[in-house]
Amino acid sequence: MHMADALISPGVGAGFWALSLGGIAYSSKKLKENIDDRMIPLMGVMGAFVFAAQMINFTIPATGSSGHLGGGLILSVLLGPYAGFIVMASILTVQALFFADGGLLALGCNIWNLGFYTSFIAYPLIFKPLTRDGRNITIASILAAVVGLQLGAFSVVLQTYFSGISELPFNTFVMLMQPIHLAIGIVEGIVTAAVLNFVRSVKPELINVSLNSTSAGFKKIIVTFAILTIFTGALLSWFASSHPDGLEWSIEKVYGKAELPEKEEGIAAILKNIQEKISFLPDYSFKKAPEEEKTVESETAYPNIDAGTSISGILGSVIVLAVIFGTGFIIKTLRKRSV
Amino acid sequence: MKFDKEFFHIGYLDRISQKDTFIHRIDARVKVIVSLLFVITVVSFPKYEISRMMPFFLFPVLFLSLGDIPVRFVLVRLLIVSPFILFIAIFNPLLERNIAFYFFSIPVSYGFLSLLSIFLRFVLTVSILILLIATTSFSGVCYALRAFRLPNVFINQLLFLYRYIFVLTEEAMRMVRAKELRSFNGRGQEIKFYVRLVGNLLLRTIERAERIYYAMLSRGYNGIMPYRKISLLGYKDYLFMFFSVLLLYIFRFYDPTEWIKMLF
Repeated sequence: MHMADALISPGVGAGFWALSLGGIAYSSKKLKENIDDRMIPLMGVMGAFVFAAQMINFTIPATGSSGHLGGGLILSVLLGPYAGFIVMASILTVQALFFADGGLLALGCNIWNLGFYTSFIAYPLIFKPLTRDGRNITIASILAAVVGLQLGAFSVVLQTYFSGISELPFNTFVMLMQPIHLAIGIVEGIVTAAVLNFVRSVKPELINVSLNSTSAGFKKIIVTFAILTIFTGALLSWFASSHPDGLEWSIEKVYGKAELPEKEEGIAAILKNIQEKISFLPDYSFKKAPEEEKTVESETAYPNIDAGTSISGILGSVIVLAVIFGTGFIIKTLRKRSV
Repeated sequence: MKFDKEFFHIGYLDRISQKDTFIHRIDARVKVIVSLLFVITVVSFPKYEISRMMPFFLFPVLFLSLGDIPVRFVLVRLLIVSPFILFIAIFNPLLERNIAFYFFSIPVSYGFLSLLSIFLRFVLTVSILILLIATTSFSGVCYALRAFRLPNVFINQLLFLYRYIFVLTEEAMRMVRAKELRSFNGRGQEIKFYVRLVGNLLLRTIERAERIYYAMLSRGYNGIMPYRKISLLGYKDYLFMFFSVLLLYIFRFYDPTEWIKMLF
């Protein structure tokens, strides 16, 4: 699942941009160290392959729904973790730009969620050790795909939660996301294994080379854990620094006035007056209950919105929009006339 | 077929990104930075904010009109609302039921406000993204990323990927079509056939990579990709940048709807 701009806060977006850029820089450096000229065209075409393969659907037995390949694991297996990560990042960039999957700010989150865990955790720590003797491809693929997707899904939950735009409680969201991605992971693992086995039966050298080459050293594991530690540390620090407001952007605190003081004049007051007059149930019990509720959970501070400012706010918004779209319309017509 | 649609969509975007308008001529670096700042500014509003986001529509509207991009194209893309956003946002009105204010005695809850806010964020951020690529072209964005000193390996990868998306999607399309012509009543969708199809596509891909590599070698490839030089920004680019940042600043820290209210 792609994370979206509309659901994240700038802090979370920027943090994961930094992490993903770090991952890209590190992988590029690693690739350059033992450069094989063949890799450059191979990586490019493999990315295009995953892109094309994602558009082909298959039916999932007994459910009637259809699925497609995610591709992260297959890329890591065939190209190695560093190239796999770079290729995955490039696919997500193209998807963000051309299909608006996710968004500009959320791209960092998406590269991290869909690229990092598969390439740097699931592949080196699960897939590689299990397939050391060239067997167990199926089990290794399923396990690696499940772990990669579970971590990715959990990461989506954390990003959403720390951004504070969605109201979904943390536990509910976890309970929703993890089982769905367990199913997706199993299907992904089975399909990945089947494709790998198929390729192996036709061209064994392709798979065997990638299984035996570049031994997963102990150093790699240390590096992965170091990155993980930094990642959790960064998340925790965001959480700690802005606890009471649930990660509101700090500028808001500096400027303090999300809503400007209300003016009891002009149209606002008139509308308020009208509203008081036309509200046919002034002591509507519905009005009371939520207020009582509010006092109970008063720790959560709501921004001060009331009818007067809101209604004139709506009016103002409508006027602003009309002016903007009017300008656009005028430019368009002028353009047509001048052509 | 899903294929054709996606394929033509990329092709169409690619074509309109080659237009020659004021917005298209602005340097890619400036447009990428302005778009990124725009998205950050929009999502930096607190979660119940609605009216303050309205002025931001100025940016997509200007890109759209000055860049001569068909409105319908962007609207159609926006209508295919990301199911994920809908899935997450739809819970807000259910979970957050405290009343924020009464709109002519209709109670409006905080949850509803945040749902609207998420929707506005979505429309703004997605439309600016579509318009960025429609007015800059993919190679333009890659040029900008290279100017921002992203690793060359990654830039090469993006350019290669983009070039071969068209080739491989066509290849996959041919294979799927051939399969569908030989299977009836929607059969042949099982995993068994899928694996063979994708496996074959993968083999063809790897063979193609070999051929591409030899073709590159025979044209003098020695591991280094030649690039066009990074050029300097013109005065129009600086002006565009300056006014964009100024407007973003004003819209973020002042409320134009307040000024309109003062007229009453």
